[in-house]
Amino acid sequence: MREKHFGLGLFSLLVFVFLLGPLLIIFATSFEPGIVLQFPPDGFSFRWYEQIFKVEGFLRTFKTSIAISLLGNVFALLFGIPAAYALSRSSFRGKELINGLFLSPILIPGIVLGFTLMKYLIVVYHLPMYAGLLIGHTVIMLPFIVRVVASSLSTFDFAIEEAALSLGAGRMSAFFKVVLPNIRSGIIASMLIAFLESFNNIDISVYMTGPGVSTLPIEMLTYVENHFDPTIAAISVLLMVLTGVLMLVIERLMGLSQFTRR
Amino acid sequence: MTLLTLESVSVAYGSQTILKDLNLDVEKGQLLSLLGPSGCGKTTTLRLIAGFLEAKEGTFRFAGDDYTRKPVNKRNFGIVFQSYALFPHMSVFDNVAFGLRMRKTKETDVKSRVKRILEVVSLGGFETRFPKELSGGQRQRVAIARALVIEPDLLLFDEPLSNLDANLRSGMRVEIRRIQQELGITTLYVSHDQEECFSISDRVAVMNKGLIEQIDRPETIFKYPATEFVARFIGFHNFLNFTERAESEGVISLRAGEHLFTAVANPGTTRPGALKGAIRPDDLVVAAEDRSGPGVIGSLPGIVKVSTYLGRSYQYVVETALGNFTANQEMEKPFYSGQSVTLRFPPDKLVLVD
Repeated sequence: MREKHFGLGLFSLLVFVFLLGPLLIIFATSFEPGIVLQFPPDGFSFRWYEQIFKVEGFLRTFKTSIAISLLGNVFALLFGIPAAYALSRSSFRGKELINGLFLSPILIPGIVLGFTLMKYLIVVYHLPMYAGLLIGHTVIMLPFIVRVVASSLSTFDFAIEEAALSLGAGRMSAFFKVVLPNIRSGIIASMLIAFLESFNNIDISVYMTGPGVSTLPIEMLTYVENHFDPTIAAISVLLMVLTGVLMLVIERLMGLSQFTRR
Repeated sequence: MTLLTLESVSVAYGSQTILKDLNLDVEKGQLLSLLGPSGCGKTTTLRLIAGFLEAKEGTFRFAGDDYTRKPVNKRNFGIVFQSYALFPHMSVFDNVAFGLRMRKTKETDVKSRVKRILEVVSLGGFETRFPKELSGGQRQRVAIARALVIEPDLLLFDEPLSNLDANLRSGMRVEIRRIQQELGITTLYVSHDQEECFSISDRVAVMNKGLIEQIDRPETIFKYPATEFVARFIGFHNFLNFTERAESEGVISLRAGEHLFTAVANPGTTRPGALKGAIRPDDLVVAAEDRSGPGVIGSLPGIVKVSTYLGRSYQYVVETALGNFTANQEMEKPFYSGQSVTLRFPPDKLVLVD
């Protein structure tokens, strides 16, 4: 069944142009030798890639972003894996409600969530900015961890865990020796997707940054407001590469269909 | 000696009662199977004994101790699961060694015991393979070895053969029986397949709706089902409702309408005076029309409604004054649809059930 549909082919092409076009333009402009961001570029140079490392703010906020995303990831795993396990393993009253609660950070607009977190964590409880940032990022990563881990538990045969119990393992040791190793790829995939979500986040971070405390995306936003040179295109390309590599790893681990299924 | 006793055990999920007031004894060294259709409570009974479920009411005694609240990992029971439940990330050796390592057995002992038990299930040399590299039958053997190596006080099988194809199934059945008898290990076996249960068990408990309908030796159940449910489940497709019965010298005379029958006493039934007769299609004889009238005991005139060819025999559905009957019969020249025939009920094959 290999029929040729001219209309469908054209439509698909247009969709790809629409999706990839802007990325290609950014990619091209990042090699601009001049000082003004423009397309098509006047020539070819790595000048603005070098410039990235000269902007002190980028390096500093890159480290902050990495630290917040990694640490938040650990916290989200600590809450998320037990939650996913409980939601998959047992049925209890209000299970759907709890499930909804864990997924709600995706459903609530980031602007609203960010503002609320700032209002309470920073203004009311006077937590340090870094703590607020960490809590915010943990919250937005949690749904991805719960969802992806629960999805890999849904194909896990819990008789395997029962077998371990019947052979004398305690609940904890059965979980760590038998359950965890079999959902490992799901956990790694959930960590990566959550990391990307956190690392690229703007709407939560924007409320929890200020003088001296900022994340890379926020710093980039600030930079564009003041400069219109191709540095921003260069750094965007680097971030696209990072995202692309992580996506590739996730695809290898468990297939991207895990995230598109509703 | 009774090793395992369930005393009026009840289990419920929410408001739904799965087991109600169940009593069960298992003798040491015996293989008892729980047989019944899906939803009859057999798996629930097994999971209760395994320790995955807790009884709402009642007591579970094992070797004289109260096991009702004993956690599963302290019971020392070996379980073979329907899906085998091998640990996919471990080699055959590590799968089998798991229980021993959990018991902190010395690694040198682990080695020798795993090796020995793999010999018992004919899997010597498979130590380094992983479950996904094994066939269904081999996985099954690993699962059995893993359950046996801990020298369990009780072995539990949950529909162990249902994932195997028919050829393997009968071979594996013999294998399970051989291992069980060789090691003299008390075993509880759950299945919905009567042939499977009958072929390997010392005793069979037929379950229905959370109750044990009959528990006895396979031969006894096969010949003398106690209740209509058991009879139906093990292939008695024909039933007769009698209106009168009289008994003399072990022979029971029965009447249904104007027809007379005789049957032998059923040692399985609990209530005297049962008025329902059951007979297997294979035991019901179809003969050419008998014009001598309705007086002959154990015969019933009828008309062949449907005739189907089963390969080894023909199957007839015969319409009579007492309802439709199904009979299987080997013959050279079959009866045709619409033909008048006489059904004969051999007295030793007609069984009275509750």
